[in-house]
Amino acid sequence: MLGKTAGGLYWMFRFLERAENTARLVEAGFRIALTRSSDSASEWKSVVTTAGVRNGYMEKYDSFAGPTVIDYLLRDTANPSSVMSVIENARMNARLVRTVLTTEVWEAVNENWMTLKEALRRPIKETELPGILGTIRQQSALVRGAMHGTMMRNDIFDFAQIGTALERADNTARIIDVKYYTLLPSASFVGSPLDNVQWETILRSVSAHRSFRWLNQDDMTSSNIADFLILDSRFPRSLSFCCRNMEENLGFLAKDYGVRMPCNDLVERQRDKLRAHTIGSIFDEGLHQFIGAFIRDNNAIGMQIEQDYRFNG
Amino acid sequence: MTEKRQHFDEMLLNGDGVRQPYGAYQEWFSNEDPTRLTKKSKEAEAFFRRTGITFNVYGQEEAQERLIPFDLIPRIISNREWARLSKGIEQRVRAINAFLHDIYHRQEILRAGVVPPHLIAQNEAFLPQMIGISPPGGVYTHIVGTDIVRTGEDEFFVLEDNARTPSGVSYMLENRETMLQMFPELFSQNKVQPVSDYPKNLRRSLAASAPVGCNGKPTVAVLTPGIHNSAYFEHSFLADQMGVELVEGHDLRVVDGRIAMRTTQGYQNIDVLYRRVDDDFLDPLNFNPDSMLGVPGIMDVYRAGGITIANAPGTGISDDKAIYSYMPEIVEFYTGEKAILKNVQTWRCSEPDALQYVLDHLSELVVKEVHGSGGYGMLVGPAASKKEIASFAVKLKKNPSNYIAQPTLSLSTVPIFVKKGLSPRHVDLRPFVLVSPKEVKITPGGLTRVALKAGSLVVNSSQGGGTKDTWVLED
Repeated sequence: MLGKTAGGLYWMFRFLERAENTARLVEAGFRIALTRSSDSASEWKSVVTTAGVRNGYMEKYDSFAGPTVIDYLLRDTANPSSVMSVIENARMNARLVRTVLTTEVWEAVNENWMTLKEALRRPIKETELPGILGTIRQQSALVRGAMHGTMMRNDIFDFAQIGTALERADNTARIIDVKYYTLLPSASFVGSPLDNVQWETILRSVSAHRSFRWLNQDDMTSSNIADFLILDSRFPRSLSFCCRNMEENLGFLAKDYGVRMPCNDLVERQRDKLRAHTIGSIFDEGLHQFIGAFIRDNNAIGMQIEQDYRFNG
Repeated sequence: MTEKRQHFDEMLLNGDGVRQPYGAYQEWFSNEDPTRLTKKSKEAEAFFRRTGITFNVYGQEEAQERLIPFDLIPRIISNREWARLSKGIEQRVRAINAFLHDIYHRQEILRAGVVPPHLIAQNEAFLPQMIGISPPGGVYTHIVGTDIVRTGEDEFFVLEDNARTPSGVSYMLENRETMLQMFPELFSQNKVQPVSDYPKNLRRSLAASAPVGCNGKPTVAVLTPGIHNSAYFEHSFLADQMGVELVEGHDLRVVDGRIAMRTTQGYQNIDVLYRRVDDDFLDPLNFNPDSMLGVPGIMDVYRAGGITIANAPGTGISDDKAIYSYMPEIVEFYTGEKAILKNVQTWRCSEPDALQYVLDHLSELVVKEVHGSGGYGMLVGPAASKKEIASFAVKLKKNPSNYIAQPTLSLSTVPIFVKKGLSPRHVDLRPFVLVSPKEVKITPGGLTRVALKAGSLVVNSSQGGGTKDTWVLED
């Protein structure tokens, strides 16, 4: 496979994952703003920060109001991470790698783009938002379904999986990073009402509120939540799960090509680090520092992959 | 129909009924419910959009990707008509290859005084870098898309030879797929010769043209200028259908005297490059130094016989519109036979007498740029306003050798499907020809382009033209 093609696949799936994650962030922010009487501006601010677009947003607006944040994150093509921008990019990469995609996957990506282009053509009214967010999630699911149902399990699939896992790990880690202070163990055994709001936002932004509740009943503590998001290997958006997924797929590549690459070592190191920790030892080391290091290492793995498999030259 | 008919219609006869090849189709059509057909027509459009069969239009912010409108009435050619056409095309393509070889070697045709030397020496499409180079297998034009127009029952003309990088073959294939999906019953009622072997034949033909030194199965790749090129869909489509890599210039480099592509596992040699990049952009070291689309040094590898480039660089000299006017003589010179297909009468504005005639008759003529394509920069006299004609005359006088002129042909029509039923529109035909050292192969059919505006003679997709499925019947 061409190095460029591998890169196109990797980015196509990073962008698709990003679209879904952004939609989920907006969904969580919107819900909190509706159901809680808390300070919604600071909630929207942290949504923008988590999406990693705070500087761009501040250049355009000077306050964090729901409608402007929603517009900036979903529709604004001046925002390179808005859902519309990343779907454009995902499709552009899909066109670039069209020869390695099945017709089903290509059509799913193309329809995703056509559907969202239409849905996001005009500013979004509050009444339409839930429907549009649902559409974004559903379109991602269609692409993923086509991918799993029709693609050969070879290097093409591996690069797609790696892009997805890397982006997802980055997203979960950034959610924790922005709200790490709300997850720090407090003196009181039960969280304050404010904590509860924050925790719910976190869980909702990774679509984990139900699975977490199912696993922990009403035992909602900061430590349980952090443990779930970082170390639980059953939860498909935990750092541990994403890291294992990346390791596995990079392993397939090494086996397929018959060569181990530096990225294989980097991802194993990351995995070992996660394995060696308990949530207690992470808190001892400092949650903020731990997550910061994870994000940096995760990025480094991405860059190593680009180099090892000659995405750009 | 009360409209006065001046054009030859390939389906509808002047009085009543249809021409013979359309017999079975007409029977089916007359039993169809127009509302069903309208619905089918919309379905076809949705299908094209979903599968991304689009082309990019330069300089249009909105609607960056557009569909080429597809008309569901097929253009039907009888086997007898096709036999003659394909014989004529093959003769012409063989002559073109002989001409190219001659022009870049001994130039016998210039010595014989058949073609004036200045037409070659002062021609931008002539590549001095190709002098003395013999491409692998002696093939210059691996892929040709000969544009043919018809004016009567037995009147076929070649309009252009398109020997550089003809496009449109993906539409030929997708139009047929669409028809098969929409109207499968038509294909059991009519024996239509298949076109679907084209990608397989293209791959075989390219592989057969591999350099002599290539042992084992040749590695073929398609070179595209990239995702923003207007024909990108076709490039990826062909690579996909052939099962070969789609590369861009920055994927390639010279490694140990070969052209190699950067893969996830290192550099891998390419034997045959089907390039959809113009000569000028092929090699910044040998041609346009600003080109980002090509491969630095590829011409040196080519000269040393390390790669096959399809089509060969410099083939543009054979489909140049000034050379075109000499085509009947060229065919005769190399094949010893009279040209089977006619040329359209052409005035070369570089010649003073011709220029005067053209200036005096601008309102009746079609004037084209010698190197132009895509329907841009041309004057269609009968359709132009006085003002347009006057300003064109100024351009023409300033640089006469840049233009040729031809009479306005009364192009044949084939009906398209409109709300009220059938309505005739002008068409042309571009059959696709594959040339390998072993054989010349012409896919039965081709791309029929149709001017969707009533009365219009411009069929180019960039100027509001559409396409039709083109059937060649088996008997």
